[in-house]
Amino acid sequence: MTAEAWQIVFFTIEVSAFSTLLILPLGIAVAWLIARRDWPGKAVVETLVMLPLFVPPVATGLVLLMLFGRHGPLGSVLQHGFGLEIVFTWRAVVLACAVMSFPLLVRTAQAAFQGVSSRFEDIARTLGASEWRVFGTISLPLAMRGIVAGAVLAFARAMGEFGATAVVAGMIPRKTMTISLSIYQNIQLGHDAAALPLLFVSIGVVFVTVLCGQIISMRNRPR
Amino acid sequence: MSLRLHNIRLPLAGFTLEIDATLDRPIAGIFGPSGAGKTSLLDLIAGLRRPVAGAVQLDDRVLFDAALSLHVPPRLRRIGYVPQDLALFPHLNVRANLVYGYRLPVTENDLFALEHVVEVMEIAQLLDRNVTTLSGGEQQRVAFARAILSAPRLLLLDEPMSSLDSRLKTRLIPFLQRIRDEFFIPLIYVTHDARELAALCDEVLVLENGRLVERGLPAEVLV
Repeated sequence: MTAEAWQIVFFTIEVSAFSTLLILPLGIAVAWLIARRDWPGKAVVETLVMLPLFVPPVATGLVLLMLFGRHGPLGSVLQHGFGLEIVFTWRAVVLACAVMSFPLLVRTAQAAFQGVSSRFEDIARTLGASEWRVFGTISLPLAMRGIVAGAVLAFARAMGEFGATAVVAGMIPRKTMTISLSIYQNIQLGHDAAALPLLFVSIGVVFVTVLCGQIISMRNRPR
Repeated sequence: MSLRLHNIRLPLAGFTLEIDATLDRPIAGIFGPSGAGKTSLLDLIAGLRRPVAGAVQLDDRVLFDAALSLHVPPRLRRIGYVPQDLALFPHLNVRANLVYGYRLPVTENDLFALEHVVEVMEIAQLLDRNVTTLSGGEQQRVAFARAILSAPRLLLLDEPMSSLDSRLKTRLIPFLQRIRDEFFIPLIYVTHDARELAALCDEVLVLENGRLVERGLPAEVLV
């Protein structure tokens, strides 16, 4: 593989890992709120969270472009308030990966929280635990297998993200080029042979990630 | 101990739990068929469910009053609860389960010192074991010890021996009597086993379809 191909691989792994870490706290919080609490607008939020799974990725990318572009409502605030440029930078790749993989994390973590018997949480409360302690010492550890599985799915989804990234980040060499974008570009240019190493590396990385997730999940299984 | 349940109303599937009673004997037994509302009654005493009307008072402390919108959360009630499935935390070992609700400063002659409770419940050899590897009788004693160590003012026991054979039940009854005699904790004991009630309780209340239909000494009620 060329140095440029390796740069693309490491960049893709970095932005996928970063986007997964970025969505983890919010994803866990949203999953827990959906699984354990009733609140007004819950169904609307649940639907909104799931939307990126069903809307065409390029459409999601377009929405992000409109929101985070220089003249978009969020983009202008970030640009003028914090000097942060989003679209067509590495940040846009992270953003697209985060938005596209968020539903997978939430869905899996939500199922994990729902799988924890609420009786454990109730008894912890009668033993004097605050709601934070119940969450940190009972709900979270008992749901950890599902959360790890969700994070692995989110990372794997981010590794393969294409449509939204292409729209909001473009295909800029050494700046926003990911494995998926590079494979697509090589095929478009008739350089199929150049796409093959990237294909095998991406399969390898995702395989190892999912395998590690399985092993971690099995270790966390209550005996 | 005096537990006042004043005109309590809690709608359940198919009927409404309606209770107006004062429980003031060291071990009160709640007897009744499955689905009579026994567990729901314990849940509302523990603060895990809120009645739609009425008040709950333990000694001089009002724990719930619908008219005043007063609800003391479970963690502040100091009411221990051993549910039917025991709810031992499967990701923690026996020692970690025991100290989960441990909240009293330890003094040399402390009645609720870990060592003392462990000795009375005869579980010293189990401390480093995973709770899922314990036998049924061992799990019961650990669950009792965990509840005792939170130094409750009242302990609720919801058919804690329902999954055990009669030989093991006979062996465990003295441990329940020790909770009363050595730790001076009043008990409310729910079961549909008349023999357990006769062996343990000072008074029996019979619950049917959410209403108390009879109360008295075990010998009078269980004829």
